[in-house]
Amino acid sequence: MTTVEMPPARSVPEHTGSRLTRALGGAVLVTWTLWLLWGLVLSPADVVQHESVRLFYLHVPMAIMSSVTFSITLIGSIMVLRNGSVFWDLMAGVAAEIGVMFLGLVIATGAVWGKPTWGTYWEWDPRLTTAALMFLVYLGYLVIRRLDMDPVVRARRAAVFGIVAFINVPLTRFSVQIWNSLHQETTISLTDTQMDGAQLTSYALGMLAMATFLAWLLVHRFRVAWLEHAMDESGLEKLIRDRRAEGAANEPGGVR
Amino acid sequence: MNRLVADAWRIARKDLAIERSSRVVGSQILPFGIVMLLLFAFGVDPELQVRGGERSILAEIAPGLFWITVLLALLLVSGRSFAVESDDGSLDALLVSGVHPGSILAGKTLVVAIQLALLEVVVGAGSMLLFGVRVDDPLHLLVVMLSTTVALAGAGTLLLAVVAGYSGRDTLGPLLVLPSMAPVLIGATAASGAALYGTGSDGAAWTWALVAFALLYGAAGIVSAGALLEDV
Repeated sequence: MTTVEMPPARSVPEHTGSRLTRALGGAVLVTWTLWLLWGLVLSPADVVQHESVRLFYLHVPMAIMSSVTFSITLIGSIMVLRNGSVFWDLMAGVAAEIGVMFLGLVIATGAVWGKPTWGTYWEWDPRLTTAALMFLVYLGYLVIRRLDMDPVVRARRAAVFGIVAFINVPLTRFSVQIWNSLHQETTISLTDTQMDGAQLTSYALGMLAMATFLAWLLVHRFRVAWLEHAMDESGLEKLIRDRRAEGAANEPGGVR
Repeated sequence: MNRLVADAWRIARKDLAIERSSRVVGSQILPFGIVMLLLFAFGVDPELQVRGGERSILAEIAPGLFWITVLLALLLVSGRSFAVESDDGSLDALLVSGVHPGSILAGKTLVVAIQLALLEVVVGAGSMLLFGVRVDDPLHLLVVMLSTTVALAGAGTLLLAVVAGYSGRDTLGPLLVLPSMAPVLIGATAASGAALYGTGSDGAAWTWALVAFALLYGAAGIVSAGALLEDV
């Protein structure tokens, strides 16, 4: 029986860390510390929303980051259909995973904020309803990515759905303007900022903290996905080599 | 371009011939619409009046109920459209024969739209008879129904093509189609309400949005058909 050697162990990294992720991890620690300090201690309670305003520093940055991740999924999906890129297929998938996680937390923190502010955890408000629908649509996207079928076919189908699903992102973003919504309109924009002082600093730190956290998560999760892909590929190659070796051994005059 | 359209028309005629011989629309899809109307009347008290006794609550919410019925029927019709192809490998034969995947998807979209339109006529007539629905602006309603039907058929065919050939498509299909179609459902309900009763100030905006949805999903289907239908 012919033995087939496994690829050398050094070709597969033992972890997903690198100088880049350690730098990003350090930035996450610093920005989160500053954000928690300003958001929970240094900034005052709001005149209208009282202490619940502190959820705003978490809720809004997470909502923006979820839109960023779904945009990455859109770009990745287009690239998959253009050139069948494995890199972009994996990137689209991991971005959607993180986006769904962020969006789930956005809905949860919104419900916690809604109870003291609106008197209810859930309201059939356009922003809440479209966000919940977007959550379900991207869950569907993640289900497609786990279908038991040929990886290339699955990547193409997920890419088509990833592009169609994106229509929910602008719809959710502009739902407050389209319908008469209970949800407050944009508080911060480039031309009109309705916050100042420690509140604005807390919000800016929240954005920075979430952006670095997203980058850190994205790099690590992508590397895990890449390693899984490499393992699947090497496992398949090993199986093919084994079958060929068995075939050669069973031929007359083959190795016994 | 001419060949794309001609092939799409051939696919549509083939599917229409299959539907005519199987009689699924007449014996299953249309009765499904009538059953839904009756269920709504059981679930919501038809005697309840709104707007100072101007009309029944069923007539008031009829636009939403109407489009929910059409949306659910879309799952049946679109799912069946691909099942007849992928179960016996005839889709492979079509692709090997040189038919552009876009033509296949466009032809199927057309047949799904025709079946939905038939259902809409029956459910619409039923709503007028049973719920007391009246129409203020028939032309506006026609535009709404046409654009929504094309949008639903285009998107339903496109999204169910994503799971075509997969053994769990019957359960996964609704998970993909129903939330994805929510924007169309919301727009169709608002625009239909405006056409029926003149309610709401954004009926025209939603009608334009529906036309945009129809063009968007139709174009997306033709552009992405190659990526979806190969290797079904």
